[in-house]
Amino acid sequence: MLKILKYSFYDLMRSRWSYVYFLFYLILGFVLLFLNNDVDKAVITLMNIIIVLTPLIGTIFGVMYYYNSKEFTELLLAQPINRSKIFMGQYLGISISLTLSLVLGLGIPFVLYGLFKSTAIFNFSLLLVVGAFLNFIFVALSYNIALSTENKIKGFGYAILMWLFLAVIYDGIFLTFLVVFNSYPLDKFSLAATMFNPIDLSRILILLKLDISALLGYTGAVFRKFFGTNLGMMISMGVLMLWVMLPVLRMNLKLRKKDF
Amino acid sequence: MKYKIGLFFFFIAVAVSAKQIVVCESCSVKTIKEAIKMAQAGDEIFIKKGIYFENDILINKPISLIGEKGTLIDGRNKGGMLFLETNNIKIKGLKIINVGLSYTIEYAAIKVIKGNDFIIEECILENVFFGILVEKSKRGIIRNNKISSNRKNEASSGNGIHIWSGEDIKVYNNEMFGLRDGIYFEFVKNSLVHNNVSHNNIRYGLHFMFSNNNVYHHNEFRNNGAGVAVMFSKFTTMHHNKFRLNWGSASYGLLLKEIYDAEIYDNLFEQNTIGINAEGSTRINYKNNTFLRNGWAVKISGACYTNIFTKNDFMNNSLDLAYNSNINDNKFDNNYWSEYTGYDLDKNGIGDVPYRPVKLFSYIVNKTPEALILLRSLFVDIINFSEKVSPVFTPDDLLDNKPLMKRAITNIDTQRND
Amino acid sequence: MIEFKNLHKKFGKLVVLDGLDLNISKGGIFAILGPNGSGKTTLIKCLLGMVIPNKGEIIFDKKSVLRQWAYRNNLNYLPQIANFPPNLTVLEIINMVKNLRPKDSNSEELIELFGLKTSLDKKLGNLSGGTKQKVNIVLTFMFDSDLIVLDEPTNGLDPIALIHLKSIIQKEKEKGKTILITTHIMSFVDEVADEIVFLLDGKIYFKGTVDALKKQMNNDNLEHAIANLIAKQYA
Repeated sequence: MLKILKYSFYDLMRSRWSYVYFLFYLILGFVLLFLNNDVDKAVITLMNIIIVLTPLIGTIFGVMYYYNSKEFTELLLAQPINRSKIFMGQYLGISISLTLSLVLGLGIPFVLYGLFKSTAIFNFSLLLVVGAFLNFIFVALSYNIALSTENKIKGFGYAILMWLFLAVIYDGIFLTFLVVFNSYPLDKFSLAATMFNPIDLSRILILLKLDISALLGYTGAVFRKFFGTNLGMMISMGVLMLWVMLPVLRMNLKLRKKDF
Repeated sequence: MKYKIGLFFFFIAVAVSAKQIVVCESCSVKTIKEAIKMAQAGDEIFIKKGIYFENDILINKPISLIGEKGTLIDGRNKGGMLFLETNNIKIKGLKIINVGLSYTIEYAAIKVIKGNDFIIEECILENVFFGILVEKSKRGIIRNNKISSNRKNEASSGNGIHIWSGEDIKVYNNEMFGLRDGIYFEFVKNSLVHNNVSHNNIRYGLHFMFSNNNVYHHNEFRNNGAGVAVMFSKFTTMHHNKFRLNWGSASYGLLLKEIYDAEIYDNLFEQNTIGINAEGSTRINYKNNTFLRNGWAVKISGACYTNIFTKNDFMNNSLDLAYNSNINDNKFDNNYWSEYTGYDLDKNGIGDVPYRPVKLFSYIVNKTPEALILLRSLFVDIINFSEKVSPVFTPDDLLDNKPLMKRAITNIDTQRND
Repeated sequence: MIEFKNLHKKFGKLVVLDGLDLNISKGGIFAILGPNGSGKTTLIKCLLGMVIPNKGEIIFDKKSVLRQWAYRNNLNYLPQIANFPPNLTVLEIINMVKNLRPKDSNSEELIELFGLKTSLDKKLGNLSGGTKQKVNIVLTFMFDSDLIVLDEPTNGLDPIALIHLKSIIQKEKEKGKTILITTHIMSFVDEVADEIVFLLDGKIYFKGTVDALKKQMNNDNLEHAIANLIAKQYA
C-alpha cells in the first residue's frame, strides 16, 4: 500500500493542479495577512473559504483521479497486490497531497507573518486540522461515488451534486425546517442535523473557538453542555473521524464485489 | 483672623489630646468592643495582629480603626461585623472573614448607616454575605479593598459594595469577586467608580438602579454572570471600561434598561455574548468604543430612541447588530465594521457604499435561536447577500452611510493597558 | 495449468459467461477468439481477479484464485489500453512495477529492443500511443512468469515493434510458458497461435488447434473459417 501511496503521491505532487492549488492558498494567505493586518479576521475569512472550497477541491480531485487513472489501476490490479491496498494507496496519496498543499500554502504566509507569536495559533491550527479532515472525507466520498458509477460524466455530476448538497442545500433545508418548526424544542434536532453533514460539523468545530460567545447565548440545556464544555469539541472530532472511517469502510466493502 | 488662629489651636489641641488605644491578646485592652467603649472622638484604635472572634461591633464615635498586618476578625458566620453609625469614621487595614448569611437581614462585614465622610480602605473582606453596605450616607471613600465570597446562587449571596441612598461617594481601586453584584448602587447621586476590577460575580459586575449623575471609568468587568447593568438611571457616564468574557444565555457586557442621556465612550467590549443590550434607552451617545469578537456587538430591543453610534470599531463579532423591530430611530455613522466589503475610490477614508449592520440572519436568529448553529454557513451568506441587495425583513433605513475604511481606534493594545 | 469450472457472470441482466468450462494445459500459445461481447475480456479479467464471477471456480497452478492476489506474481498481463499516470516518467513507472513485484526482471534488454532508451526520462503523459504500448509491453515481458496474458497486444505498434513482439512471444513459448492472447487480427493468430479457444454466448464453442479448425470448416483461410463457425451457429 505504501508503494502505491508513494507513486500516487509523486504523480499528484508533480501535477499542475497541485501547484495551482498550493499557489492559490499561498496567495490567499499572503493577501489576507499582509493587506489586512488582522489575524482574527484572516482566520474568519479562511474558515469561510476552507469549509466551502476544500470539500469541492477534494471531490473534484477524487473523481478526476479515479477516472483518469482507471487504465493504470487495471494494470495495478493485474499485479500481485491486494485490491484494497491499491485503492487505499491512491486514496491516501490524493488526500495527503491535497492536505500538504493546504498546510504549506497557508502555513508559509502565516509563519512568515509571525503566527507563532500570535494568540491565533490555536485557531489557525484547528482550521488546518479541519481542512485536512475535509480533504480526507471528501476524497473518500468522491471515491465512493466514482467506484459506484461507471460513467465518468455521471460520476462527475453526482460528485458535484453531493458537494452542492452538503455545502448549500442541506443548510437551506435545515434552516427552513428550524424556521417552520420553531415552536418545538429543536436543540437536539439541530445538533443531530449538524452531525450528519461533515461541512456543518467542521464549521461548528471552528465556531466553538471563534464564536463561542455567541453560541453560549443559547438557552437549551443540551446546547449549554455541548458548547460550554469540552464535550462539543470531543464529539465533533469523533464524528469527523467517523466521517472518514465510514466512507473508507464502504469503499473497501464495495471493492470486494467490484468488477473492473 | 483671630477666629482662624483659634480654630488652628483647637485642631492642635484635638491632635495632641487624640490618643491611640492598642488592642492585642497580651495588652490591657483585649477586645475591639472594649477599645471602642474607652475611645473618645478622634482617637485611633490600633489592633495588633491576632485573631479576634467578635460580632456586632458598633462604632458610634468619630474614631479610626486600624489593623496591623495579620489582624483577623472572624465572625464565625454569626451575623454582621462592624456597624458605623456616625460621621467621620475611618477603617483601615482590617481583614474580616465569615460574615453570617441570612435571607431576611442584610449582614455585612462593614455597614455604614447615616455616616458621612467615612473612609474604608485597604481592607480584605472574605467569605462575606454583604461586603460593605452603605445606607443614607454622603461623601464617603471606599478604596483599595478586596472583597470576595464563594457563593453559588443569587439568593444566598450579597453584594460586594452596596450603596443604598448615597451622594458623593468615591469607590476606587477595589477588587470584588464571588459575590452577587460586585458593586450595587441604588438611589446614589454624583458618585464616582473607577479603577475597580469586578470579576466572577454571580450576577452583575456593577449594577446601577435609580442612580443619576454618576460616572464610572477605567474599571474592568469580566466573567460575571451578566456584566454590568445600568437601569432606570439618568446622566450616567461610562468610559474607558473593559467588559470582557461575560458568557451566557442572558449575558451581556452592558445592559441598559430605561436609561436616559448617557455617554458611553472609549470602552472595550470583548467576547461577550452580547456587547451592549439596550432596552428602552434614549439619547445615548456611543463613541470610540471597541466591540471585539462578541456574539452580538449591540442588541437593540424595544423603544430605543436617538441613540447615536459614531467612531466605534466593530471587529469580528459574530453578528454586529440585532434589532427586534423594523423601525429605526437610531443613528450609525462613521463606524468601522470589519465585515464591510465596500470600496473607497476617492480615498477619503470613508467607504463609498453604505453598510447595513443588521443581517437577515440576525433577524432569523431573533425568531429562531437554534438557527444560530448555521452561523457562517454558505447558505446563510447567500440569504444575507440577497437581503442586502433588497431589504425586506430588516429596517430599510438602518445604514451606516459613512463607514470607515480603517479602524477608528488605531491601537487597541494601548486601550487595553490604560 | 488453468482450469475454469462452470463459470457464470452476469452484468445486470446481461449474461456474459454462462457455465463456461475450460482447461488450458501448460505450455503453448492460446488465442481466445469470439465476436464482440462474447465474453473474452470478461474471461481474462476473471482469471486476473478483476472481475468477480457470480458462480464457479478458477484454478491456477492447482490453487483457487478467487479473492486471492499472491498468485498474480506468476502472471504477466498486457492490458488493452495503456494509460499511465501522466506525471511519472517511463523509468519511474518501470521501477515502480519492479518495486511492486518481488522478482528479477530483464527490463534493460527490452528497453533496448524497443528503442525506449531516449524516452526513459520523458513523462508518460507526453508519449504517443505507440510508445505507450511499447512501455506497456516492456512492463509485461520484463518478468519471468509461467503465464502471460495479452489483451490486443498489436494495438498501435509499428511494423518493427510488431516483429519484435512476435519474436518475444516465440521466445517465451520456447521457454515453456503458457500465453493467452485475445485479438481481432486473424493473421496474427494464424501466425503465432497453437490453439484456438472460440467463445460464443458465454460458452466455449470450439477448442482445438488452428489446423483442426481449418479442417473442420473446410477452409484454409482462418478468417473465413471463423466466419463460417459463427454463421453455422446462427444458421
